[in-house]
This record gives sequence, structure tokens and C-alpha cells, in this order.
Amino acid sequence: MDVLSAALGQLFVPYHLLIIVAGTTVGLFVGAMPGLSATMALAVLLPFTFAMQPLAGLIGLGSVYMGAIYGGAFSAILINAPGTPSSIATTFDGYPMAKAGRAREALIAATIASVFGGLFGVLALLLLAPPLAAFSLRFGPPEYFWVAVLGLTLIGSLSGGALLKGLLGGGLGVVISIVGVSPIGGESRFTYGFPALQGGVELIVALIGLFVIPELLVMAGTGVAALSRSSLDSTRRGIFWPTVKTVLSMPGNILRSVVIGQIVSIIPGAGGNIAGLLAYNEAKRASKHPEEFGKGSIEGLVASESSNNVTVAGSMVPLLTLGIPGAPPDALVLGAMLMHGLRPGAELFSVSGVLTYGFILSMGLSAIVMLPIGLLGGRLIYQAVVRIPPHFLVPTIATMAILGSYALRNSMTDVMIMLVLGIIGYVLKELGFHPAPIALGLILGPIAEMGFVQSMLMGSSLAYPPLKLVESPLSLILVALSVFAIVWPFFTGWRTRRRERTGSA
Amino acid sequence: MNNLLRPIAIVMLMLAGAAFAQYPQRAINYVIPFNAGGESDITARLQQPHLEEILGVSVTITNRPGGGGAVSWSEIQRSTQNDGYTVVGINLPHIATQPMERTDTGFTTNDFEFILWFQFTPNALLVRNDSQFQTLDDLIEYARENPGSVTIGGSGSNTANHIAVLQLEQLADVDLTYVPFSGTGPTIPALLGGHVSALMSYTPMSVLQSAQARTLAVASEERVSFLPDGPTFVEQGIDIVGGAYRGVAAPPGTPADIVQTLTEAFEEASRRIAEEQEAMGFVIESYSGDEAMELVERITEEYAAILETLE
Repeated sequence: MDVLSAALGQLFVPYHLLIIVAGTTVGLFVGAMPGLSATMALAVLLPFTFAMQPLAGLIGLGSVYMGAIYGGAFSAILINAPGTPSSIATTFDGYPMAKAGRAREALIAATIASVFGGLFGVLALLLLAPPLAAFSLRFGPPEYFWVAVLGLTLIGSLSGGALLKGLLGGGLGVVISIVGVSPIGGESRFTYGFPALQGGVELIVALIGLFVIPELLVMAGTGVAALSRSSLDSTRRGIFWPTVKTVLSMPGNILRSVVIGQIVSIIPGAGGNIAGLLAYNEAKRASKHPEEFGKGSIEGLVASESSNNVTVAGSMVPLLTLGIPGAPPDALVLGAMLMHGLRPGAELFSVSGVLTYGFILSMGLSAIVMLPIGLLGGRLIYQAVVRIPPHFLVPTIATMAILGSYALRNSMTDVMIMLVLGIIGYVLKELGFHPAPIALGLILGPIAEMGFVQSMLMGSSLAYPPLKLVESPLSLILVALSVFAIVWPFFTGWRTRRRERTGSA
Repeated sequence: MNNLLRPIAIVMLMLAGAAFAQYPQRAINYVIPFNAGGESDITARLQQPHLEEILGVSVTITNRPGGGGAVSWSEIQRSTQNDGYTVVGINLPHIATQPMERTDTGFTTNDFEFILWFQFTPNALLVRNDSQFQTLDDLIEYARENPGSVTIGGSGSNTANHIAVLQLEQLADVDLTYVPFSGTGPTIPALLGGHVSALMSYTPMSVLQSAQARTLAVASEERVSFLPDGPTFVEQGIDIVGGAYRGVAAPPGTPADIVQTLTEAFEEASRRIAEEQEAMGFVIESYSGDEAMELVERITEEYAAILETLE
């Protein structure tokens, strides 16, 4: 523990504390802008870290990363736009809460949940990094395939009662994800001869189109901002402590969500988006009021936000122990480390222990700093969104949507794709489709495809290659979980019907 | 008369002065056709401050990923001004293989003004520390007795990694199973988790994973300085030399003197970061002008021949 106290000593100097506060604040605003991602912010920061001391540089990157994943909640709650893919599930209840005049409550709850998530992730990284890393290595191509299948079973609960529409939406999402160069084989698919379409459809671009544009069209059509006058009620003072109490009154929900976030985040390639969606789904399954989910349930919001902030420190587990960058921002952290001659592995925790633990602890501090900064920043952004009348708000958000779509890959094609998907999204919304299953298909389609084809290749010397898919115990567990997830709604439905029958008899 | 001519003369002189003004005058856009955090991106961000110092203008890095680089490359060739203020990162064999395998890439291999090829990452064959394969021969021997059961992970299809596995199959006359992953990152858990028997990766991976993985063979002509214990394929009797090259190019038709200025700037920047680059497992190269073109032609022919035998 000497190394821990030494690391803390290094951390508590004004220069490092300043970096943490500044980094978290910058990250928060970057995350709150749809289209400006954590990866981008880290990339811009990277050259500066080369010139800095290793610890200062890593602290800067870690704080921005932490702030950005949390910042995504702001736009998710206030304008239904997932600022980062991690906050998709936050829109499901955050935005309805805001529409019902509970925006401040939602922002406070999201902040507290994020702080818990961030701290839990750091704690797990400090105490359990080696065993967690060993566990993460059990996931190979067959397991990835089954993780994607398990994720796709969420369509049932995300489609808001209309299962068939949900399945169709999920299918549409998978089809959209196929556009571009195939990950295996390298052929172009559905590009219709346009070179620009070889790049496929970027997740964030699709999310902005599917989530933000339909909402804007509705707002423009009715001339009423979703959260203007009505939400002014909740600017009243004294909302803070009751909200804190509400959040703290659901320890089971928070614990379940952070554990889900932890498990998902150590699997390389699965990030905050999948964690948030899974945690949301489990919260709904366990809730006493599942009918409120999607209509402004604070439980759903807390589940999503607490699980996605675990993933920041969580993805550092495979990175620091094994050198595996599990998510795009991690690759930049790895780059900064290599530049300073730090190589991931056991040595990082022994020889450069003070530095490594300093970096880990700084992420914990960043999570704590989120509380005051988030509450203050949330208030500012909220005031801005509410005060602006709809005829200014709609063009402002539209401009942000266009800028965000462009900025991601510096591509006008992406702006076009965003607008087309926005119009499709509007029509589908009018027809009663929810955008969540489409997003799910977009995220999981490529993971399922990759895992399936790789497994078949790996099994090509077996007599019957598909057996590769069910070879490992972990695969079988994931199969069982998927089957359970599919059967469970039918079972509960059957039980309610039976109860009703015996009740009426 | 004099009064009328004087201002005209002054304007003419100013115009002439502008035409002869030293390039560069304003910020240069350095397009990286891959995501932030990748090896191309990190190299560019290392070069960035040095380029700014050498050229005296700011250099902005723009990540423009998609289609394995094709989105950026087609844009550079089709719709970018060739005034020297936009340059793009280029990779071999990518610019050679993609036009062979797809008809809609939107770019051709040779339609660039090559500024400099500055970096080479040889292919490297890695196994986990506890693998039963101590040498390349062990692996080949096992593969001969168990056709198809040795799985080798690598980055992408028709890439340098993939081609090297095909060459190994041909030269050693064995049957291997190549499993492509989307980039080098996802190959690490596949190797360390034992999901594939070996990786055909690049030398930076050997350096990064030196604590947990053993490099059986490197596809360079001679041993690389940063891996003194990494034997080459050649010295083990398998004639494989290859890997991925990184460089930078300007849009077709960029004036030769501007390309020359850029070549010198990139050469100098590359020299300045050489030490850091080698420590990370990159081999520093310098091919410009005719040499750059020859390299592209040589690689194109080599890959065309191998891909042909596939079909």
C-alpha cells in the first residue's frame, strides 16, 4: 500500500488537481455535444501529452474520457440526442422525464449515478485488475457471437410492446450496418458504386439521425419546444436532496447496473453503449414498476448512467494489464503510454507503480469532481435549452446535429446519411417504431457477423464447423442466457394470464 | 500618364510577388484515412509539431476513416485541390490491393504524387509464451501433420498479414487457417486468450506484447534492431519479406517544387522522431521520388501475383 500513498501524494499537487478539474470539464462539454466524441477530444489532446510529464499527460486523458462519457447524458436528457453512444439508454427515460418537467431531477440523478459508476470502476480496477483481465480473455469469436445474440434479445423489451415492429427495426439496423466494406473478405456491400459509401454508416451519425431529427421535426411541426414552460416548474429550489434520496433508495439497482457495466467493459470491443442497454433491460426486468420504463422512470435512467461510467475505468483493465485497447479512446491512452516508454503488463504495476496507480486514482478523483461540475454545468446547459424559444432552439439543435455528423469523420456524406436516416426515422416514429431496436441492430450486427464468420473459419478443420460456436462452457452459458431472455417475457405473460383467469374464476 | 501607370505597376509587382511567394503560406491539412489512435494516426501526431516547426505553418490532422482508407484516397484523387495544402497518409499494400479486389474504390494505385514513404512495419509471427511452438519449424511441422488446424489471426483480408500467411502456406507447403480481425487491436485478446494458435501481425506488436508473446519469425531481410532475438523468416529458410509501409502523398497534379518541399519536411520530421519510432517497433525508411514509385510498383506486382494464385 506504500505505492498507493505515494501515488496519492503525487496526485495532490495543485498542477495535477487543476488538470483533473479542467479535463473533466472539457470532457463534459465535448460529451454533451452530439457528434463530438471522447475519442476526438483525446486525439486532439494527444500531441500535448507528449510534451508533458507522463503522469500529467495520462491524468489529462483520463479526466477528459471520464467527463465525456458522463457529458453524453446532458444531450440525451435535454434534446433526446445521445451525446456519445454510451448514453443511448439514457434517452429512453431521461428525455420523457425532461418532457414531463423533471429535467433538473433527471440531470441530478444522472450525475449521482455517474459518480457511483465511475468510482466503482476505479475500485474494481485497483483491486481486481488481474483476475478481471484473465476473465476477459475467455471471450473469443464464438463468445462474441453469443454476446451479440444476447444483446439482440433486448429488442423484445426495447420495442415498447410492439414486438413485430421492434424485430423489423432491429433487422433494419443490421441491414444499415452491412453497408460498406465487409470486415471479412473486403468486398463492398450496398455501396451502389459510390466510393464514399465504402465507409459505411457510422453509429453516431445514425443515432443523431434516428433520435434527434424526428424530435426536431415534431417540435418544428407543433411549434412547442418539448421542454419549455412546463419544465420551469422544476427549477424550484430544494430538488437536490429529494433526488439524492430517491437515487440512494435503489442500491440494488445501482449495484446490479455497475456490475453489468464492469463485466461488459472488460470485454474488448463491447463498450458503454451495450453496458447501458443491458443494465437498463435488467433494471426493467427487476423493477416493481416496469410499465413506467420508457415513460420517465428514474430507475431506468440511473441504471443506464451508473453502468456506462463504470466502463471508463473498466476498459482500462485489459489495457493496462494486457495492452488490449477495448474501446477507441483506449487506443489513444495506449499511444500516450507507449510514447513515454510505458509498456502495459505486470511491470506497469510494479516498476512504474506510482505512476500507474496515480493514473487510476486520478480517474476516481475525476469521478468525484463530476459532482460539483456536473451539477453546475447541468444547470447552465439546462437554463440555456429552456430559455431559448422553439423557433431558435430547433435551428440551433439542427445546426449542432449537422456539425456533429460532419465532425466525426469530416465527411459531408455523413451529413447526408444523417438527414436521410432522420427522415426515415420520422416516418417510422409516426408508424409507431421505436428507434432503440434500430440502434441495437446497428451496434450488434457487425459483432455478430464478425464472430460468426471467424468461428466458422476457426472450426473449418472440424468435421462440423458450427460446433465451434458451442465448444466452450462460456458459449453455452451465453446460449442459456439468450434462451432465458427470449422465453422469460412469454413465461411472465403466461403467468399473468393464468393469474387473471384464476382470479376471475 | 505617369500618375496613372504608377499604381498599376505597383499592383503588378505585388501580384508577381505573390506568385513567387514561398510555399507554404497557410495551414496544411494532413488527412489520415484511419481512426484516431491507430498507428497511422499516432505517427502523424508525432510528426505534427516537427512539421510545423520545419514548414513554419500550422499542420492540422484530419481523421477521415472509412473503407480501409479508400474513402479518403478516392477524395484526394477526385476532388481535392492540388495546391499542396492538403496531403494524405498512404499505406502499402492497401493502395495496391484495394483497387485489385474492388471495382468501386474510386482511386487508382499510382494516381498520387508520392511525397515520402517513411515507415515500414515488417510482418511478424507471434505465439503465446506457453505455446508448444518454440520455433517456426515446430509450427510448420505440426501444421503438416494436422492440416488446417493451425489457426493464424491477423488484421483484415487481403492485407500484408493475410498475404504473408498465404506465402507461408505456399513456401512451406502446409495448410493453415487464416482468421481475419478488424485491425490489430482485436487480435491481441485472440492470441492471449488462446482463440488462435498464432498471430501474423506487425513488429510493433512483438514489442508491445514482448512480456506475453514470443516472436517466431520476422519478415524483414535482416534482423531488426529493436528485436535482436527475433529471427527472420529468411534465416529459417522461408523466403518471406514483407509488411506494411506508411507514407504521405499529395493529390495528383501538385506542382513538383511543392512536393519537393514537402518531401524534405517529412524526411526531417521522420529523422527527428526516429528514436521513439524504433523503440515502438517501427522501421524508419525513406523512399521519395522515383524510389517511392518503384516501391509501389514492386509491391503491386508482388501482390497481384499472389492474389492471382488464390483465384
